[in-house]
Amino acid sequence: MTDSAILDAFFEECEDLLVALSDGLEDMRDGKADNETVNAVFRSVHSIKGAAGAFSLEDLVGFAHIFETVLDEVRAGRLATDDALLRVLQRAGDILADLVDAARDGLPADADQVDPVVAELQTFLGADGLVEEEFVFEALTLAFDNTPTSATYQVQFRPSREFYATGNDPALVIAALQELGPCTVRALTADLPQDFAEFLWDEGYLTWQIDVADQQNDLAIREVFQFVDDLCDLRIAENFEDDLTPPDDDIAPMLVTAPEAEQPSPTAELVPEPESESEGEADMPMKADKPTKRPASTLRVDPERVDRLINAVGELIINQSVISQRIDEAGLPNSAELHGDLDDYKLLAREIQEGVMAIRAQPVKPLFQRMLRIAREAADATGKDVNLVTEGDATEVDKIVVERLADPLTHMIRNAIDHGIEKPQDRESAGKPATGTLRLTASQRSGSIVIEIIDDGAGLNRKRIREIAISKGLISADLQLTEQEIDHLLFAPGFSTAAEVTNLSGRGVGMDVVKTAITALGGRIAISSITGQGTTFSITLPLTLAVMDGMIINVGGQTMVVPISSILETIRPTNADLSRIGLHSQLLRIRGDYVPIIDLAARLGVRSSSDAMTDRVLLLIQTESVTQCALAVDDIFDQRQVVVKSMQGSYGEISGISGATILGDGKIALIIDPDAIAAAPTGELKLQIQTQREVAHAAT
Amino acid sequence: MQQHEDPKAAKQIEFVTLVAGGQSFCIEITQIREIRRWTPVTLLPHSPSYVLGVINLRGAVIPILDLATKLGFRAIEPTERHVIIIISIEERIVGLLVESVSEILGVSSDMVRETPRTEEDESTRAINGIIPTGDDMIKILSLEALLPATLATAA
Repeated sequence: MTDSAILDAFFEECEDLLVALSDGLEDMRDGKADNETVNAVFRSVHSIKGAAGAFSLEDLVGFAHIFETVLDEVRAGRLATDDALLRVLQRAGDILADLVDAARDGLPADADQVDPVVAELQTFLGADGLVEEEFVFEALTLAFDNTPTSATYQVQFRPSREFYATGNDPALVIAALQELGPCTVRALTADLPQDFAEFLWDEGYLTWQIDVADQQNDLAIREVFQFVDDLCDLRIAENFEDDLTPPDDDIAPMLVTAPEAEQPSPTAELVPEPESESEGEADMPMKADKPTKRPASTLRVDPERVDRLINAVGELIINQSVISQRIDEAGLPNSAELHGDLDDYKLLAREIQEGVMAIRAQPVKPLFQRMLRIAREAADATGKDVNLVTEGDATEVDKIVVERLADPLTHMIRNAIDHGIEKPQDRESAGKPATGTLRLTASQRSGSIVIEIIDDGAGLNRKRIREIAISKGLISADLQLTEQEIDHLLFAPGFSTAAEVTNLSGRGVGMDVVKTAITALGGRIAISSITGQGTTFSITLPLTLAVMDGMIINVGGQTMVVPISSILETIRPTNADLSRIGLHSQLLRIRGDYVPIIDLAARLGVRSSSDAMTDRVLLLIQTESVTQCALAVDDIFDQRQVVVKSMQGSYGEISGISGATILGDGKIALIIDPDAIAAAPTGELKLQIQTQREVAHAAT
Repeated sequence: MQQHEDPKAAKQIEFVTLVAGGQSFCIEITQIREIRRWTPVTLLPHSPSYVLGVINLRGAVIPILDLATKLGFRAIEPTERHVIIIISIEERIVGLLVESVSEILGVSSDMVRETPRTEEDESTRAINGIIPTGDDMIKILSLEALLPATLATAA
């Protein structure tokens, strides 16, 4: 590993640690914390500090140290976790994340941000000091002061098979502990097999119990185990009375579960089983509370390899359907075993495909955690009390989706806090709790991922939205719009509701940018709002970007695909359902509504427009702008999963086409982008709404 | 297959010669991935006239251009006898429909002449050198000049 590779690994690890930190702090805030939570938070900060020290990242080490000191006080029960403290701790967590980022980018720390938090952290240490002077003194000064209190720590240490296999030696660990202070070492041999025949040469049977005397805290001891703590079962407990009984239950057993420490490189050296010092001492039930919680092991893989695999699997699926089609054409007798085998092949291919897709899937949790911070900052900046609740953190979506959702979500969260949720006094006078609630949820619904941002604020101010749209020339003043149409004006380019440009919104990113980003991911965004009760934005995204459920259609002799997700229903129209309007256009009457018909073949330039609709099939589609329209196609063949191939690399963007796929016969079929097709040629919302309304009026 | 003659001779370059719009052209062999028989294409909407459509080349979607139209000649009516040259430039893979492919021409680099200056048109812009052969000459196609970054926006 090169230096930079090690540094990269450190920053990757920092990300995991920061997630754990943020998790823990959330739990503490929600009052769900137990001793282990506080320990986990402490360990995260401590691990960052330790590793940062190795890279001489002074700013990071300095801040982490103060942070850690405060956490240590909390851990020891000397600081009460009240709201004020939690607030500071969360800000400290944010600053720590900033410092990690700054260190990664090689930038100096922003002292304006860091110093106030350091000062606040120190007030907690200081205030506490009045009550328990010596502890505070001890915490603020460093290692070499004379210790007023010292304790004996009992370390129980059972090396695993891997511990020996990677060339570690318990004797060295024990020697390192002996350097810390007087040690009593005993080997617990209870786990040794009675029958020598069962004895495995490479198994670790021995548990070492080491009492280390004259220690102020367990940090030094933990440091000894820093690089092996995932290779052994480790228990460290304070043992005031120096007795040899197992620690009381109320002294929390600290299970060290550091994530993925750098493992020493494996050596071929055979490690001899160390001799035990006192034989056969029957001892405590280590197994009883043996840690079962191992850190989830992860694999870091170059995403490009996964992409190549996904491509290859896409080929496999296509190849499978080609073979199926060929065999069908060959007209083999039905009893042929080949069909059974073919079905197996199909199932296997699907299974592999799903498995490979799952590699790319990632939980939305890190994304949501970032939003917690955004919400916190937005609430501070606006002086509103907002509680962001996340649900469905474990929902998995494609990696690219997670990455590309960050900006739109940030913007929407800020918007919801800035414009949606009211000021505390307004809320109270409206009979609501002073603290606003913002819910960020993710869930999987029939092949799509739905992400919702739900606030309990005042709801959209439709009158105001309409006025702004008129003043910006987006709609004409005499145009009557439904509530839904008004809501959708938010997504119109050049629209921004903020009366004055606030610190938060009004950064030149409007909701139209959010919508564009979501559309680029093949998703859709919808709004619903109830005045006085709040607004819900829901984002619907495809499960994966690579596979899609499609309706295979015939357009002027060309085979094409329409995404099932946008089709509401298919209709074979009769003359009675059709009305003519203007010179070329026709309308479809469906359940009392009039919907414009778009001749897909003409729109794509495959052939000129034709009037005869009765022998065609109409696909009623739902588009972004809530308006419906009907696509006239020549025929519908089939409905199946297709592998989406981008055309942008080899050709470029085509209006109305989102990509291509390869059918069972090896031919290429283009995938229709219904939203682009439905958008009026001018592409302007104003015209789109207007013409449709006028058309509807004219028809009735 | 490597039959290097005299290593002391000037650098040897190999070209594939082809006929498009009734004229002889050649493309450096290192830019050619493969040569295939014409197969029907999937049409692309709103495409420039020289873009015939796309084909499936072992799972990749490859655009096919009519080289004759691109060079300003009359469009080729593709039949089974026509040939698609799959070329690769700067990570993009594109197929060129031509009337026929004739031979592989090995010439030493000092035989390549600069293009004489003439009136500029579609086809002269795409030529970056000529090779005299006995009673005729063969024009070297510059694929970079022929194929701007994105085909769709080049229309």
